Amino acid sequence: MSHSFFGGVHPAEHKAATEGKPLVPIPVAPAQVVLPMSMHVGAPCKPIVAVGDQVTVGQKIAEPAGLGAPIHASVSGKVVAVEPRPHPGGGKVMAVVIENDGQDTFGSALTPHPDDYASLSTQEIVDIVREAGLTGMGGAGFPTHVKIQSGLGKVDTIIINAAECEPYITSDHRLMLEHPGEILTGVRILMQCFGLPAATIGVEDNKMNAVKALEDAMQGQTGITVLAAKTRYPQGAEKQLIQRVTGRQVPPGGLPADVGCAVFNVSTAYAVYEAVCLGRPLTCRGVTVSGAAVNEPSNFIVPIGTPLQHIVDQAGGLKDDAAWVLMGGPMMGIAQYDLSAPMIKGTNALTCMTAAEHAPVVEDPTCIRCGKCIEVCPMHLETMYINMYTTARRYAETDKFHVTDCIECGSCAYTCPAGIPLVQNIRVAKMKLRELAQKAKS
Amino acid sequence: MDKTLSVSSSPHLSGPLTTRRLMLDVLISLVPALAVAVFFWGPRALTLTLVTMAACVVFEYLYRKLMKKSNSIGDLSACVTGALLAFCLPANAPYWLAILGAFFAIVIVKQLFGGLGKNFMNPALAARCFLFSYPTLMTTWAAPNVNLPVLGITDEYVSTISTATPMAAMHNGLMPEATLQQMFVGQIGGCLGEVSAVALIIGGIYLVARKVISPRIPVCYVATVAVLTFLFPLGGQDRLDWMLYQVLGGGLLLGAIFMATDYVTSPSTKRGQVIYAIGCGALTVFIRYFGSYPEGVSYSILVMNAFAWMIDKAGKPHRFGTPRFWEKSKAKEGAAK
Repeated sequence: MSHSFFGGVHPAEHKAATEGKPLVPIPVAPAQVVLPMSMHVGAPCKPIVAVGDQVTVGQKIAEPAGLGAPIHASVSGKVVAVEPRPHPGGGKVMAVVIENDGQDTFGSALTPHPDDYASLSTQEIVDIVREAGLTGMGGAGFPTHVKIQSGLGKVDTIIINAAECEPYITSDHRLMLEHPGEILTGVRILMQCFGLPAATIGVEDNKMNAVKALEDAMQGQTGITVLAAKTRYPQGAEKQLIQRVTGRQVPPGGLPADVGCAVFNVSTAYAVYEAVCLGRPLTCRGVTVSGAAVNEPSNFIVPIGTPLQHIVDQAGGLKDDAAWVLMGGPMMGIAQYDLSAPMIKGTNALTCMTAAEHAPVVEDPTCIRCGKCIEVCPMHLETMYINMYTTARRYAETDKFHVTDCIECGSCAYTCPAGIPLVQNIRVAKMKLRELAQKAKS
Repeated sequence: MDKTLSVSSSPHLSGPLTTRRLMLDVLISLVPALAVAVFFWGPRALTLTLVTMAACVVFEYLYRKLMKKSNSIGDLSACVTGALLAFCLPANAPYWLAILGAFFAIVIVKQLFGGLGKNFMNPALAARCFLFSYPTLMTTWAAPNVNLPVLGITDEYVSTISTATPMAAMHNGLMPEATLQQMFVGQIGGCLGEVSAVALIIGGIYLVARKVISPRIPVCYVATVAVLTFLFPLGGQDRLDWMLYQVLGGGLLLGAIFMATDYVTSPSTKRGQVIYAIGCGALTVFIRYFGSYPEGVSYSILVMNAFAWMIDKAGKPHRFGTPRFWEKSKAKEGAAK
């Protein structure tokens, strides 16, 4: 069964710099970690530790207040501050700062189930996933236990997102090469949780060795299929991956569960394995540090909350011509202005770019109506017209063009021959529409 | 923090496409047709094209300078307009006529509406129609294999070497004298760049291969003309022959591949492009059959240009995640049952 998503682009992959580099624990552990209370979709967590407390790796330090997932200490040591700190998503967010004692004393309330996970009930698995603080590790950070719970009974297809379609990033690729068996166990736990006999792992065909590693690790067991999809950005966007695997389209404003799908990042599947089988909450993850502006591109396993500056320093530091440091890849990554901000649960990469690598800024760009933005939009939007109304400040009209459907993948701006900041303008339109809606309410 | 970092909104990469690159590709794709014109009419075809292109560039530069606007000749769009305008002039047209046309195309049609991307008609075609104010000059075509002098073409000289285009005969329901092979290669009377079907098709394939244009407009346009002329041959002619002559003759291929696909003046949605191309094809056949002038490609494209934005409204893409129209009717049926 083969389906395709519409549009998309194929930027230069730039993955060669790190795809051969194993995931290694970051050589020097950070002296301090900063754990922001907001690492997920939903309300910020509430700290349950105070300054001066001693904590162990894996100890819960914050509880969700509403939609969210708990947060755990990623190093052992002393809480030295509970105060607002810079957040990689911008602004300052309440954070727990822990001074690392270097002992890595482990202590978690979770019980490991190395061999008997098959006997766990759905509710038991959901509880473990929640207590382990799992959130979607592909970037958006939706709390995993909520995703499972809200999908129970609706979901008939489990999809594991291993597309890793952004240029430069190889952390998921390395994880699949180095821990295929653990990932498959994580997937089986998810299948068991949903009571489904099958799951599909979506990988792009620029990672055929990862496909082979996963297939070899299956050792004759059935149920899990690895789908090698033709490399095309944004294959790893949730809606596009669902379309690629099942042919179904998530309705506007809807969730994957509305079309019977649940999508988990491959790193999340691995984290499920760690939580259930090893009793380890989410305290560290793989991060790719790459780009032309970093001295030694690397793949590290990094404790959550490690300041970005420390990660960059461990990768040989920034070159003199470094101009941009992005959390994430170059297509959707968030530009950082303060490297004292920490990496969080959804950080899969740091991309350090020189000015030459970065998209140029075109002064007064001219739309030639070529329609290439429409041809590449995986959400079937008429980007050109949205942009026209946005630049004319007629924001209300952009709603008729379904601007809120935009997933901000950036394919339009990437492809635009005139260099128009299309997706950036769409963000403005979305913001203005929200303002208009709020005004209408009040 | 000793390092100053830049901050901007994603995406942080840009693709290899630029406006200049697209325009350059169009210019490259026009080379085969120009080469055929030089082969049949000598270097005059080249000099006329170069003069028209130069005039377009100069007018664009001067206008923007006078109006204190940014210099835009670097995007090469003026060069493309110049080349396309020259392609729809007779190879023996006087230089002043080409320069007048360039003025109309660049200043009146393009710049007065705001420059590249803002004009609502194809500048080259609009200028061609403006130049029909000089009907004799525009409809006296040198026969192929006449080596035209680069300078000093007089009306008397032209009258000794001129020939009718195949379209004139077909307008009266007759078959032209030229063979299909001659039509295909371009050994016929006609405008500088329109005669050689094979050269234009090569250019079109290049544009499609380079993803400058999608084949949607040219294919739908030509197919519409082909179907209509096959169904309704004039003068009791053989259907297939009639259709082939209609497709190869006149400015159809030049128009379908290079003029109707002009980004600025054609719809940008997929469905819109199909509607627009079918409209162009139907109008072309209508004008060829019922107009008093034997060719209808330029007028039909100009008329459809005016509808481009409206057609885009009709061509709205399917909204992601909503039922397709056939699925909707199915859902209704299901509800009725």
